[in-house]
Amino acid sequence: MSEAKASIDKDTVDQVAKFGGEHYKYGFTTEIDVDKIPNGLSEDIVRFISAKKEEPQWLLDWRLDAYERWKTMDEPDWAHVDYPKINYQDLCYYAAPKSMEAGPKSLDEVDPQLLETYSKLGIPLQEQEVLAGVKKIAVDAVFDSVSVGTTFREELAKDGVIFCSFSEAVQEHPELVKKYLGSVVPKSDNYFAALNSAVFSDGSFCYIPPGVKCPMELSTYFRINEANTGQFERTLVIADKGAYVSYLEGCTAPMRDENQLHAAVVELVALEDAEIKYSTVQNWYPGDENGKGGIYNFVTKRGDCREARARISWTQVETGSAVTWKYPSCILRGDDSVGEFYSIAISNNMQQVDSGTKMLHLGKNTSSRIISKGISAGRSSNAYRGQVNVHPKAAGARNFTQCDSLLIGDKCAAHTVPYIEAKNLSAVLEHEATTSKISDDQLFFCQQRGLDPEEAVALIVNGFCRDVLQHLPMEFAVEAQKLVGISLEGSVG
Amino acid sequence: MSALLNIDNLHAGIDGKPILNGLSLSIRPGEVHAIMGPNGSGKSTLSYVLSGKDGYEVSGGDMMFEGQSLADMAPEERAIAGLFLAFQYPLEIPGVTNMTFLKTSLNAILRGRGEDEMDAASFLRLAREKSRALGMNDEMLKRQLNVGFSGGEKKRNEILQMVMLEPKLAILDETDSGLDIDALKTVAEGVNALRAPDRGMLVITHYQRLLDFIKPDVVHVMAAGRIVKSGGAELALELEKSGYAEYVGETVNA
Repeated sequence: MSEAKASIDKDTVDQVAKFGGEHYKYGFTTEIDVDKIPNGLSEDIVRFISAKKEEPQWLLDWRLDAYERWKTMDEPDWAHVDYPKINYQDLCYYAAPKSMEAGPKSLDEVDPQLLETYSKLGIPLQEQEVLAGVKKIAVDAVFDSVSVGTTFREELAKDGVIFCSFSEAVQEHPELVKKYLGSVVPKSDNYFAALNSAVFSDGSFCYIPPGVKCPMELSTYFRINEANTGQFERTLVIADKGAYVSYLEGCTAPMRDENQLHAAVVELVALEDAEIKYSTVQNWYPGDENGKGGIYNFVTKRGDCREARARISWTQVETGSAVTWKYPSCILRGDDSVGEFYSIAISNNMQQVDSGTKMLHLGKNTSSRIISKGISAGRSSNAYRGQVNVHPKAAGARNFTQCDSLLIGDKCAAHTVPYIEAKNLSAVLEHEATTSKISDDQLFFCQQRGLDPEEAVALIVNGFCRDVLQHLPMEFAVEAQKLVGISLEGSVG
Repeated sequence: MSALLNIDNLHAGIDGKPILNGLSLSIRPGEVHAIMGPNGSGKSTLSYVLSGKDGYEVSGGDMMFEGQSLADMAPEERAIAGLFLAFQYPLEIPGVTNMTFLKTSLNAILRGRGEDEMDAASFLRLAREKSRALGMNDEMLKRQLNVGFSGGEKKRNEILQMVMLEPKLAILDETDSGLDIDALKTVAEGVNALRAPDRGMLVITHYQRLLDFIKPDVVHVMAAGRIVKSGGAELALELEKSGYAEYVGETVNA
């Protein structure tokens, strides 16, 4: 190719990138040899996945039971989202890099191409890459259907903390997995959870022993790479009595024209006096500005404050996915337990979000707090759906809910659907909701002070989200602020 | 010396309704001009047209800022070029602290000029120094931008933004309205401190009172969208006595 042509090509590429999903900088694909099974779902596929993982009989039985139940269930249609019917026989349920065939390896043996992928995503998978003075974060990296590596395992083990891929946990800590798997989200809880229970391929497992404050942040980074593949992973986090852990979750995927399904299950168990903080920065590919492509993010996340004075807090920054269906919830079983949900859900272009939480008050003097900030731009639709439920025995239950919606432009929609049910007269429940627009005057004011319209929107939206952003771990709050700006690019002007 | 701002036969309006009808005005560096006039004469419209607010259409004439036509520039480009408007009704931005706003603004302008952004420590020092000079305590820098501020605090905050950004041309749109005499003095001190040989100011006001503290070089009377009389500082005193009636006819009482 001549030099002139090369430069024209580059210009053209840059131009095109400007119009397309240039703002999504995680949209690259890793070319890697994969071990992929044929599309379709059947009992054989479930058996195949289980065999691939060399799972014990009880787990295979568990999966098969989930599969049988899933076949009798219907896909939920009550959410405020609209997407073409998914053909579950047309999906691939297992894809893994060939280099991972022999099972999990030490980090030194992981395919350099995979390491490079994570490095490009800003996720260091080599422990020595962590600079002095920077807070250590242990990472479990999930690539399509498998975990490719977990960092700082030995260091964590010194405190008795178990942090590994789900597959390894099944082999090495079967008693813990058997005791807690499905104990928060039963296998037939809902359509997508049942599907996940049948075909989940990997995920992260974490156990914090009694009285231990986990010495570093733990995180899982989910990456979908392969085309036409669903990702079905499970995360199980257990904080034993008096333990504490802060857990982070990040997600990205390449830009593809087809939709891809991500149906995950996250289960949290907090025992007496334990605390789990679970933060998510969800940045799955959202599709292009016309709604082509993007991830269907149909996820079941639930935490169980199983014993007295347990605390579970969900913080989420949802900027990605074409369609989001997700309600991180807390079961407040133990007396005096506390559940929190802090959420920022941004929808731009053609994105659809139906997200919220459930706070189920079962124990006495349980309290919960919900702060939801929904931002809709473009032609998107953004619904908050929440449920606060106080059981007859939950004397002294308290809830505070605040749902704020911000609209940018006049073609988007915001919906707030709160369900509140109190069966105990001593419950005190508060609900506040607001809807506002970014006014032209506010934009002009910012512009008069030198900000371009996109900077102005990012500033105003970050202000709107402040109450939630301050619940994120410091280093992620900065990232999240930037992400808020990026995901709203093109929403004004 | 060439003009900092040169407005020539400007026609502008909103929603097809003409408001400025052939306005001409020229401000040289170092000068402070005051525009006085009754309600509805187009004073605020002039400030919005100069700063580029959406919805205002220029239908004729020129407005040149240092030889550049403002009409071709986006509002933020005008700000970066050094044009500042102190708003009559400053906006609230919930969740954004005064400090964050000032820093974002200053850095956007520096960046726009191709200069380096200011580091956090120098910025903090500067912001504290400037706010104290305006009788604002550090606590005010931590509050959310204009949220829950009194009218006087909002106006003072506008002046703080102005002294932080050090514009070439500052337009003050009724900065005196809603101020008690002490606040008025503080605001005037802030404005006077910024008077410089290379800086121009356009002070829009109803009342002579502000001009006791900010001595204008030129006073203009505006009526029906144009300048109908110009003079020295003494013109403001005359207006205070006689009102605007002679400029606008019988129907308006000033």
